[in-house]
Amino acid sequence: MMSRSARQAATPAPEAPAMPQNRLVTVEDLNVRFLSRDGDVSILNGVNFTLDRGEVLCLLGESGSGKSVTLRALMRLLPGNARISGRLEVDGHDIAAMKERQLRPLRGSTVAMIFQEPMTALDPVFTIGQQITETLRAHKGLSGGAARKRALELLELVQIPNAPARLKAYPHELSGGLRQRAMIALALSCDPKLLLADEPTTALDATVQIQVLLLLRELQKELGMATVFVTHDIGVACEIADRVGVMYAGRLVEGADVGRIIKEPLHPYTSALMRSTVHAGMRGQVLDSIPGAPPDLAALPPGCAFAPRCQSARSLCVQDEPGSTSLPAGRTVRCHIHGAEAAWRTSPPLAE
Amino acid sequence: MILYVIRRLLLAIPIAIGVTIVCFSLIHLAPGDPLSTVLPDNATPEVVEEIRAAYGFDKPLPVQYLVWLGNVVSGDFGLSIQSRRPVLGDIVPAVQNTMILAFAAVLIGFPFGTILGAIAGYSQGSLTDKVVTAISITGVSVPHYWLGMVLVVIFAVNMGALPAMGMGPGGQSDFALNWAHLRHLLLPAITLSVIPAGIIARSVRATIADVRKKDFVSTLRAKGLSPAWVFLHVAKNAAPVVLAVCGLQFAQLLGGSILVETVFSWPGTGFLMNSAIFTRDLPVLQGTILVLSLFFVVINLLVDVLQTVFDPRIRRG
Ligand SMILES: Nc1ncnc2c1ncn2[C@@H]1O[C@H](COP(=O)(O)OP(=O)(O)O)[C@@H](O)[C@H]1O
Ligand code: SF4
Ligand SMILES: [Mg+2]
Repeated sequence: MMSRSARQAATPAPEAPAMPQNRLVTVEDLNVRFLSRDGDVSILNGVNFTLDRGEVLCLLGESGSGKSVTLRALMRLLPGNARISGRLEVDGHDIAAMKERQLRPLRGSTVAMIFQEPMTALDPVFTIGQQITETLRAHKGLSGGAARKRALELLELVQIPNAPARLKAYPHELSGGLRQRAMIALALSCDPKLLLADEPTTALDATVQIQVLLLLRELQKELGMATVFVTHDIGVACEIADRVGVMYAGRLVEGADVGRIIKEPLHPYTSALMRSTVHAGMRGQVLDSIPGAPPDLAALPPGCAFAPRCQSARSLCVQDEPGSTSLPAGRTVRCHIHGAEAAWRTSPPLAE
Repeated sequence: MILYVIRRLLLAIPIAIGVTIVCFSLIHLAPGDPLSTVLPDNATPEVVEEIRAAYGFDKPLPVQYLVWLGNVVSGDFGLSIQSRRPVLGDIVPAVQNTMILAFAAVLIGFPFGTILGAIAGYSQGSLTDKVVTAISITGVSVPHYWLGMVLVVIFAVNMGALPAMGMGPGGQSDFALNWAHLRHLLLPAITLSVIPAGIIARSVRATIADVRKKDFVSTLRAKGLSPAWVFLHVAKNAAPVVLAVCGLQFAQLLGGSILVETVFSWPGTGFLMNSAIFTRDLPVLQGTILVLSLFFVVINLLVDVLQTVFDPRIRRG
């Protein structure tokens, strides 16, 4: 693996051979279904990934591919009609099996989340200071004065100018960029080991996007928390990620170190994503220039979900669903070309 | 904040003046001559003129208005045509009695409606929600004079447990917080509380359900706050809307209910207006309407100011 922390822990501790000590997140065969009156819909179908301490994983994929649901599942923040199965472990806690009451001490302290919309993610009738200090009180048991002092430090940490005044400000009195910085301060308030960021810059103006992204990268380097960063912008992923996971229709179709995946994407969907942005200068492009549209999750076609849009699809692809194949250098890919190359080659091409 | 309150106060002044103009016009727009009920049928034109002059009806309208306004401000609402006593002497006890009834109805109905609505809003779509919705719709749609009579039949006639009418010992101007008086208050207050409770339950439910869908509630849960703490946030967000509805309901309760006060012979403003209408006692009617309208203005002002305590966005708006 290429990540810093992974390299540091090249020799696993002898007493824990099964799970490396620096492993923070293990997601195995994660399935999420939403129950509804018109029938259940499987949103995630067997997502696997791991994350080491201090590592940054970017989840990449078109809108609707299940990135937010994956993130929320890590905190069990899904609505009541969601059903989770599979293994979901964060910092030694079995998230999938825990009771709501047991999850509360973890949320906001061990695991923290930054949301996409700074406009609506903060409570409009409480000040920024109140919203940060209540978290500090809940988790760290800080008194009023100590909590305010820490909140001020946090606003300074995220480089909000004139922080003492901003502590007393309401969300509507701040610009979008400042609001997202306040949201970041809130997320960092209890020194999380795992930071979940759901498209934290998407809702911001272009120049502000870059500033907030750089700030996040700097803070991540400085504080060293592991981060899952959701984006649909491959340029953003290049800036911040150690590893990249590409999602399609509720599955992780490819996972690799960021350098490798950019140099040599293996999955046809990843290549298509690359092609649709590389030519445009790799940054700031919405990734919808792949022909066709993502499939309806309520009626997934048999075989590979990407087949209807895949230029390499053969008849094997519409019959059998490709499994996940592990390749050297910690790469994984879900595609017959890499998992069952011989069978794929000999199967007839699809009629045009 | 203070600036907002001052601005809102200044806005209330023209409204109050408007209210006095409307009340003043009532007596002149009303069909029929206000004096016709007190004058003997065979009164000579000279006598009529004399009485008109005595009431000031011979002066131009604006002058009459200013004179009347000056009198009203100094507490002189004129004489009752029926009883020939100062109108204020009728209005003050009536307003007091209606207030007693209104406060009692508020104490019963507002907490009940708010709690029911909050429970329903928190269990949206569930059986509890449906039951609460059914209860509140029933509460809003039951005619309350009918409910009043049903309660009288059950508790007064059949069980004999509570009195059916009046205010208890001492008649209409001697209320005290003891069982002898409270037992008279119970049935009319319950009857009067049903509609506001239903309306409040419905709007609290809608508001809470609405707030709970907002993104920031996800953030609060993601921060690891307890459900009770999250509810505090939801409640503060819902407060301005709930306050507005409660304020409006309270103002209506203060207006008194002609039907409920008549069913229970409760000597409040509704009762007073009812008899004033039947006897064409315009000064009494006018004075009562004026006092009640000014209550409306004041309560709306209070609600507006209170809302800013909960929602900072209104303060600068
Ligand atoms: N509460 C929900 N109920 C039903 N379906 C949902 C719910 N939340 C998300 N989904 C569905 O899950 C899919 C993945 O959504 P999401 O994870 O938000 O996608 P992404 O973040 O990748 O854009 C979408 O098809 C969406 O319609
Ligand atoms: S399995 Fe077939 S259809 Fe799916 S991505 Fe690979 S080649 Fe394309
Ligand atoms: Mg999303």
